[in-house]
Amino acid sequence: MRPDEISGVIKTKFPQAKEEAGTNNIIVPKESLLELAQYLKNPPLAFDNLHCITAVDRKEKMELVYILYSICERHGVTLKVYLTPEDLNVASLSALWKSANWLEREVYDLFGIIFSGHPDLRRILNPYDWKGYPLRKDYSNPELIPKPRL
Amino acid sequence: MLSILDFIWVLIIGLIVLGFIAVSAMFLIWWERKVSAHIQSRLGPMRVGWHGVLQSVADTIKLLLKENIIPAGADKLVWWLAPFFAVVPSVMAFVVIPFGKNLIVKDLNVGILYIMAVSSVCVLGIFMAGWGSNNKYSLLGGMRAAAQIISYELPLILSMIIVSMQANSLSMQKIVAAQSGHWNILHPNMMLAFIVYIISATAEVNRVPFDIPEAESELVAGFHTEYSGMKFAMFFIGEYTNLFIVSAVATTLFFGGWLGPILPPVVWFLGKTYGIVFILMWVRWTFPRLRVDQLMGFAWKVLTPVSLFNLAITGWLLLK
Amino acid sequence: MDTTRTKDIYTEEFLINMGPQHPSTHGVLSLELKLDGEIIRECTPHIGYLHRSMEKIAENRTYTQFIPFTDRLDYVASMNNNLGYVMAVEKLLNLEVSERAKYIRVIVAELNRIASHLIAVGTFAQDLGAFATPLFYCFREREKIIDIFDRICGNRLTYNYIRIGGVQFDLPKGIDEKIKEFIKYMRPKVDDYDNLLTYNAIFLARSKNIGVLPKDLAINYSVTGPSLRASGVKWDLRKDEPYLVYNKFEFDIPIGENGDSWDRYKIRIEEIRQSLRIVEQAIDALPGGEPAVKVGRIHKPAPSEAYFRTENPRGELGFYIVSDGSMYPYRLKIRAPSFSNLAVLPELVKGVKIADIVCVLGSFDVLMGEIDR
Repeated sequence: MRPDEISGVIKTKFPQAKEEAGTNNIIVPKESLLELAQYLKNPPLAFDNLHCITAVDRKEKMELVYILYSICERHGVTLKVYLTPEDLNVASLSALWKSANWLEREVYDLFGIIFSGHPDLRRILNPYDWKGYPLRKDYSNPELIPKPRL
Repeated sequence: MLSILDFIWVLIIGLIVLGFIAVSAMFLIWWERKVSAHIQSRLGPMRVGWHGVLQSVADTIKLLLKENIIPAGADKLVWWLAPFFAVVPSVMAFVVIPFGKNLIVKDLNVGILYIMAVSSVCVLGIFMAGWGSNNKYSLLGGMRAAAQIISYELPLILSMIIVSMQANSLSMQKIVAAQSGHWNILHPNMMLAFIVYIISATAEVNRVPFDIPEAESELVAGFHTEYSGMKFAMFFIGEYTNLFIVSAVATTLFFGGWLGPILPPVVWFLGKTYGIVFILMWVRWTFPRLRVDQLMGFAWKVLTPVSLFNLAITGWLLLK
Repeated sequence: MDTTRTKDIYTEEFLINMGPQHPSTHGVLSLELKLDGEIIRECTPHIGYLHRSMEKIAENRTYTQFIPFTDRLDYVASMNNNLGYVMAVEKLLNLEVSERAKYIRVIVAELNRIASHLIAVGTFAQDLGAFATPLFYCFREREKIIDIFDRICGNRLTYNYIRIGGVQFDLPKGIDEKIKEFIKYMRPKVDDYDNLLTYNAIFLARSKNIGVLPKDLAINYSVTGPSLRASGVKWDLRKDEPYLVYNKFEFDIPIGENGDSWDRYKIRIEEIRQSLRIVEQAIDALPGGEPAVKVGRIHKPAPSEAYFRTENPRGELGFYIVSDGSMYPYRLKIRAPSFSNLAVLPELVKGVKIADIVCVLGSFDVLMGEIDR
């Protein structure tokens, strides 16, 4: 299916999902993420491959990006969830797609977003007793010397 | 009763054989490196001496100068004795190897039985090394080695018995003499016994495809992980001496020992033995390694029944 | 710890740590194994020993300055990493490159795929015990490819060759004869590997039916690359979402049947053959023209985002770039194929023996550089 068809189908089923301006990404409120994910996994959309989970620190909000692909139907979609800095909590998708297990651990390690329902949420890239979440924009560490800007 | 002359003769030959063992182990180590290098399209040791011949001497000096590190928590007596149990039985087996018509240290009339008995003690050395090192990897290596060596002793001994049945004796020189018409390998049941023998021998000396005890890619270095310096050298020398022994026994039992026209018997014997050693090395650098359970399954389910069947056939042929 | 008592014999499982320094884990990977004799009950991988925080570094480098960093992700297949990153940036900038640049990119990417698969095959055979012979043969072939790359861009391992707008230098004179000579030399050598290893009885016994990855599990775990194709899924980005000029070449996608370690190994050998076909066709059809479009060194894309994925030798490498209008990326996420491929390992090794875990890990061909970034 073409990207606009997919977003059309999603918007009819989930009216609270909006489309991001200029792109075909779907912005989902975090409460309906799990339900939408279950809907996306079933046919006819059949997104069987959770390709990538990442986060972007937009300073006043945290943006979670989910990139899904479908091998049998050959289409893809990008979901976005916005989280406020006080409430960095979202449902885990590891029950639906097992690839979410390590991907969510990485987002937790680097950004500090808690995924509720994750079987084993611990740090994955940094040492297990590391303090702080490195990829946040306000991360500071006395050993971190940023490169002088050009 | 042993006269003084006999005693001096045994002593002289014994010392010559000991010297031969030392030189032979060094030569085999160099030769293995050269053979493996040429199979892998590279050159191997080239600098120390002509084409690297003195490399083993250099390695021995290096190993002698290394510090003797005893692992913490190791069972000291067991750990210290293990290399000796690996080397001494192999050296003892040289007593009955016939290098030539009279060049044998002592032609015991239970020669084959003696070799089987003495080489079975080698497994103790590996086992002790695995236990005494206080290291999980070594323990795994030692266990696997014990299981493997004990399983493969049975087909080995059965094939050797077939030859001694044919020659009607257990003495090595008499077996060689019984092949003076034609070599043993030319009989079909002997050919089968030889195949079983050579496979079991590869397993006995822990060489690929049966080198699980020292499987480097799984267990770092297996049972000799914790040995450095001269103790490691002793395991190493023990392995190559064992290699020579099984090839020498194969030559004696199946290929006619020192028999052969024109050239002196020693040359024939050494040539045949080193030929078999070369084949074992060739196999080592070509094949991957078997897994432990496949190895055991092969010994018990394939080799042992084949050897027993062969034994029955040989017995029937002899009684006919 | 599971301990059982049966009359006088007391057994318990024991914990062994394979790594981080181990001859067989490909890089610094630590596998915590709970063993019951020789059988593995549980396996927990610990990664992060090679974490160099590339994504954080990217937020302080311009787009061109980050290209050498992508070399060091999957250091065995640097050209493909460069390619993935540069194509993501070009999608962000809406930049079209010249035809000649596209053909050159395909040629170097496929040659690098051959080099990477040679290492995978050689180290797999070494892990299984064929101690060094296949490894030396593979490295001998790889030397020829590295020689060609040396002539093209001056580097042997980390190339930094594919740039935004095209490639760094034009191909030197006489390189097409060298490449054709290499193709003629390599074809019989791949048959050599088939004769030596692929149908060897011991090799088959060690790798057939070991680590079987069923199709649904593979897709659910987002396994990509040769490991996915070995499980029977016909999915290759070069055919299904073609980028550059892959749609102009004729090549097959080898598919496996069982999804065991032997299939994963065999697919890599077949992919070497197909890559040789692609390089041959590309060299013959190489057009003239400029190797690069003239763009400046500093790029300031409009505030937007882009995601692009390419077919790396190990799987699908994806770059997600968010820009805020300045000359530094706001966020750069690297989706590494080996990361998801390794996540499957604990499920596959329950109940196998220690020797098999080395076989399964080797057949997945993971590289810690891109897992840890």
